[in-house]
Amino acid sequence: MKIALASGKGGTGKTTIAVALVRVASNRVSYLDCDVEEPNGFLFLRPEIDQRKGVTVPVPQVDKTLCIACGRCVDICQFNAIVLPKKTAVVFPEMCHGCGGCLKVCPVGAITEGKHLIGEVTVGHSGGIRAIEGRMNVGATTAPPVIRAVKDQLINSEIPRDESADDIQAVDELVIIDCPPGSACPMVAAVKISDYVILVTEPTPFGLHDLEIAVATMRELSLPFGVAINRFDAGDDRVEQYCRKEELDVLLRIPDLRLIARAGSRGEDLIAAVPSLKGDLIQALEFSASKHNQLRAITDQQELK
Amino acid sequence: MKEIVVISGKGGTGKTSITASFAALAENAVLVDCDVDAADLHLVLGPEIISTHKFISGHEAVIRSDRCTRCALCYTHCRYQAIMPPQATSAYSVDPLACEGCGVCVHFCPVSAIDFPDRESGHWYISQTRFGSLVHAKLAIGGENSGKLVSQVRQSARELASEQKADLIITDGPPGIGCPVIASITGADAVVIVTEPTISAEHDLKRVLSLAEFFRIPAYICINKFDINPGLSEAIAYETKQMGAQVIGRIPYASCFTSAQIAGSPVVEYNSNSKNETNPIIQDITAMWEILDRKLRKETIHFIKEPQ
Repeated sequence: MKIALASGKGGTGKTTIAVALVRVASNRVSYLDCDVEEPNGFLFLRPEIDQRKGVTVPVPQVDKTLCIACGRCVDICQFNAIVLPKKTAVVFPEMCHGCGGCLKVCPVGAITEGKHLIGEVTVGHSGGIRAIEGRMNVGATTAPPVIRAVKDQLINSEIPRDESADDIQAVDELVIIDCPPGSACPMVAAVKISDYVILVTEPTPFGLHDLEIAVATMRELSLPFGVAINRFDAGDDRVEQYCRKEELDVLLRIPDLRLIARAGSRGEDLIAAVPSLKGDLIQALEFSASKHNQLRAITDQQELK
Repeated sequence: MKEIVVISGKGGTGKTSITASFAALAENAVLVDCDVDAADLHLVLGPEIISTHKFISGHEAVIRSDRCTRCALCYTHCRYQAIMPPQATSAYSVDPLACEGCGVCVHFCPVSAIDFPDRESGHWYISQTRFGSLVHAKLAIGGENSGKLVSQVRQSARELASEQKADLIITDGPPGIGCPVIASITGADAVVIVTEPTISAEHDLKRVLSLAEFFRIPAYICINKFDINPGLSEAIAYETKQMGAQVIGRIPYASCFTSAQIAGSPVVEYNSNSKNETNPIIQDITAMWEILDRKLRKETIHFIKEPQ
């Protein structure tokens, strides 16, 4: 199954928890870093790199010798990515959404599609863990195509086999998806590929406000989700109250310890800092899996009818 | 009029807490929240909304089921997998969360069965706070085009600032380096990057600093929670200096950031000390503000790197 770690507010501990879950999982496991604007998971997992691939988006290229300056491409473009200053259409690649409308409407075939490099997908492994990172180039604007490239890479690449491990456990692969913060299109693109979402928050007014937005987003997308409260003892109890009122499952509570902050600052794992959290993390994984299985059973039944 | 934008790369480093404190310390400023999909600045500034405006982010395709002939042209033309094939007797339909509003399906539908209405993707507001006017926004759930909303909010703030003859626009920016961040910083006079001494924040800081350099915007660095890893803090100070940015403040790890937030006030106005001694954090933030204010008012701001 695929579990996404998301949050409205940034810096609540998505990567910390995602990496910790990957470490405690007993299944074969993949870690996907979909926070492509600021990917941090590899700083903690330190995988050996197996492969790197560029991510490109299609952008139109105008053949000046063929362009008759009819302006149809300018008319169909909803993103102001193509203009007609003089006798030839000019493209602004950063504005382009790659819809292909302009080349389809060009009556003389003056527009072809080239590739514009916007990022990179890196595949590696760390022990038996497969790790895939998406990384958007500085200056590029659109994260979703890089996120989709990470997803495609997951489907296409082989999982490294850990010879020492018992491969019977490989049957149900676990995928942990580290998502971008917020609730706009990059976050939606990342959570969409998951079966269950864990929303990471903290017990502060900012944490609560952004959690409410994230919850509304999950409901809009009809995705099953639960909540993890980081630094649970640091703020007030309004997040707990909200979770009770909305009947949300709280899967995990992590204490506010300077020890954890220090360990994280050096790239050390959560469980290395507080080994007693291992049981809680395993329980969170088991809870997510049972929720997912319940829902799958319900959908299967509905389909049978 | 000068415009400064507080950004961070990594989320949760303290952008909003620092911005709110700057808002409290500044005189005659217009305040802006450009983190439109997780806006929090209003939670500590106590705004009273003066006017509410709809944000139209473009258009969205809507298929009229009674006209659809199921020719599938829309399905083949759409590159966002936003057209959903018919179920049993129904027509083709559009997944509004996947639709990017490119209008290609609308153009190619042979029976004009696809409407293309305006898409309302949230609201933006002009509010009054005791620190000055605040322009802020709320992107709709799963809303598209947050960069366009950011530009809208900034435009309105500039107009307001010029009406009010404000000296300064102080903006709380979004995390990351993508389209909302670019829309927040282009054309600004300076960015303040709030970071912390963690390997994640250090990594993200370098990326966002490269972005500032790319747009030739002078960058000042605030190292928050510097004492959780003093060695890394000094390494960050050194690296950012090499990249042409300047550290203007080092703030220790302090629980008053959380307490002030819970009390709904900027850190610099929150004094937990009952003996009426000034909280040292307030002095640190005030000192940082004074440096920034001097830089903005009196000194010529140098480019990070001279244009090639």
